[in-house]
Amino acid sequence: MSNQTAISLEKVKSTKKKLVKSNRDLGKLKVILKGFILPIFMLTIWELTGALGLISATLLPRPSVIFTTFIDLILTGNLLQHFQISLLRALGGFLLGGTLGLLVGVAVGLKKNVEQTVDPTIQMFRTIPTLAVIPLFILWFGFGEVSKILLIAKGAFFPLYVNTFLGIRSVDSKLFEVGKVLEFNRWKQITHLILPSALPNILLGLRLSLGVAWLALVAAELMGSSEGVGYLIMDARQFSQTAIVFVGIIIFAVFGKVSDSLVKVFERRLLKWQDNFKG
Amino acid sequence: MTLLEIKQLNKFFQKGKEQIHVLKEIELQVKRGEFITVIGPSGCGKSTLLKAIGGLDTEYSGEIKLDGERVTGASIKQGVIFQEPRLFPWLTVERNIAANLPLTDIEVKENVEKLIKLVRLDGFERAYPKELSGGMAQRVSIARALLRKPKILLLDEPFGALDAFTRSHMQQALLDIWKEERTSMVFVTHDIDEAIYLGNKVIIMSARPGTIQKIISIDLPFPRKKSTKSFQEYRQLVLKEFEKVEELELIDSAGI
Ligand SMILES: Nc1ncnc2c1ncn2[C@@H]1O[C@H](COP(=O)(O)OP(=O)(O)OP(=O)(O)O)[C@@H](O)[C@H]1O
Ligand SMILES: [Mg+2]
Repeated sequence: MSNQTAISLEKVKSTKKKLVKSNRDLGKLKVILKGFILPIFMLTIWELTGALGLISATLLPRPSVIFTTFIDLILTGNLLQHFQISLLRALGGFLLGGTLGLLVGVAVGLKKNVEQTVDPTIQMFRTIPTLAVIPLFILWFGFGEVSKILLIAKGAFFPLYVNTFLGIRSVDSKLFEVGKVLEFNRWKQITHLILPSALPNILLGLRLSLGVAWLALVAAELMGSSEGVGYLIMDARQFSQTAIVFVGIIIFAVFGKVSDSLVKVFERRLLKWQDNFKG
Repeated sequence: MTLLEIKQLNKFFQKGKEQIHVLKEIELQVKRGEFITVIGPSGCGKSTLLKAIGGLDTEYSGEIKLDGERVTGASIKQGVIFQEPRLFPWLTVERNIAANLPLTDIEVKENVEKLIKLVRLDGFERAYPKELSGGMAQRVSIARALLRKPKILLLDEPFGALDAFTRSHMQQALLDIWKEERTSMVFVTHDIDEAIYLGNKVIIMSARPGTIQKIISIDLPFPRKKSTKSFQEYRQLVLKEFEKVEELELIDSAGI
C-alpha cells in the first residue's frame, strides 16, 4: 500500500518535472516567436500591397516573387556557382589579410622595437579608406581576382592586427610575475601566458575582420566582375531585375550573419573560462 | 643548516627627486625547515623584502644567499604565494598546478594528483578558477608552488583577503603541508595571532626605514591553541614590541 503510494508519488514528481521542463521550453519558444512577429507582419503588408498593385513591381517586387526568383536562379541561373566564387574570394582575402594581421599583431605586440619601427606606418595605411584604393588596385592589378583578393585582404588585416596588438599589451603584469616565478621560458611565456590572455581580443578581431572581409567582397565585386553574387546584382540592376538584386542582397546578409554566428559559437567554446558580466 | 641568509640588505625607492630608504640593514637567517613569520606596520617594506628574497626585485645592495648561492633572479627554488591567488583563468585546477609542465608526463601527473589531495581539492581537478572560492583558489596556488619542490616558500599575506573562518582553516592546512613537506616558510602577515600561531620565529619590523625591530622565538609545541595561557603571553610580548614600533612611528611623524 505504502509502497504503491511511493511509486505513484514518484510518478507525479517525474511528470511534474517534465511539465516544468516543457513549460520552460514553451517559454523559450515564446521569446523566439516574439522576435518573428514584426518581420512577418511587415512581409504580409508588403505582399498584400504588392498583390493589390499599390506599389510598382519593378521597384519593390513582392516577397513571393523574390522567393520564386531565388528558386529559379538556383535551378537555372547558376546561383550556387556564383555564390561559391564569392565565398572563395572572401575566404581567400580573409585568410591572407587575417593571417598577416595576426602575425604582425603578435610581432608588434611582443617587441617594443618592432612596434616602434612598424606600427606608425601601419597606422598610416589604416586611415586610408578601402573604397578609395579601389581605382589604384584596378590600375595596378586590373579587374581580375588579384585586385579583389588584395582589397578584401586589406580590409581584413586591420581589425585582427589592432585587436591582437591590444590583447597582447593588456596581459596582466601580475601574471607575468607568476610566469617569472614558475620559470617560464620565452616560448612558454608566449604560448601559455600571452596568447591565452590575448585570446578574447584576438577572437573579437577575427569577428570584425570577417565582417570587413564580407563588406570588402561586395565592394570588390561591384567594382566590376563577370562572376559572383556581386556581379549578379550589378547585372540585374542594368536590366531592372529588382527581384534578383534582392536575392543577392539577402544572400549577402544571411551569409554574413551565419559566418558571424559561427565565430561566436567558436568563441563561446574557447572562452568558457571567462568570468564576465553576461547581462 | 642555514638555508637563507640575508646580509646588510638596503633598498631605496626613488620617489620624485628624493630617495626613500625602504629597507635598512636587514640581517636575517632562516634555517632549513623553519617557519618564519614577519609582521610590521603597513608600508614598512614587508612585500619589498619578500620580493627581494624571491628574486623578483634585484635592485638592492647587500646580499641574499639561498642554500649558499646568491639569488640573482626569480626561480622555482623560491616559491612565491601572492596575496591574490593569481591563477591562470583559462586553465583548470590541475592545469594551473602543472602550468608549464606537461600533464602528459606521468610523474608530473602523479605529483599533481598528490598535491590536489594534499590541499584537499579532490573533485575540483577540472574546475576553472572562476568556480572556486578565494580559499580554494589560494590552495591551488600553494599546490602550484609546491609542485616545483621549492627550497623555500615565500607567502605575502596569503590569507589576508579571506574571512576569519576560512583563514583559520587555511592556517591549519598550511601547517599540515609544512609538516608533510618540511618546506621552509617566510610568511608575511599583519595579524599577530596568525604570526604566533604559525611561526617558529616572529619577526617584528618597524617602518621608515624598514628595519628588523625584534625577533621572538615561539617555543610552543604544535598544534597550538590560541586560547591557551602561554599563547596569550606570547601575544602580550609581541603586542608590547608592536607598541614600541608604533610609538617610534608617532615620534617620527611628530618630527616632520
Ligand atoms: N614600485 C615602487 N616604487 C616606489 N615606491 C615603492 C614601490 N613599491 C613600494 N614602494 C614603497 O616602499 C614602501 C614599502 O612598501 P611595501 O609594499 O613593501 O610595504 P608592506 O610592508 O608590504 O605594506 P603592506 O602591509 O601595506 O602590504 C612603501 O612606502 C611604498 O610606498
Ligand atoms: Mg605588502
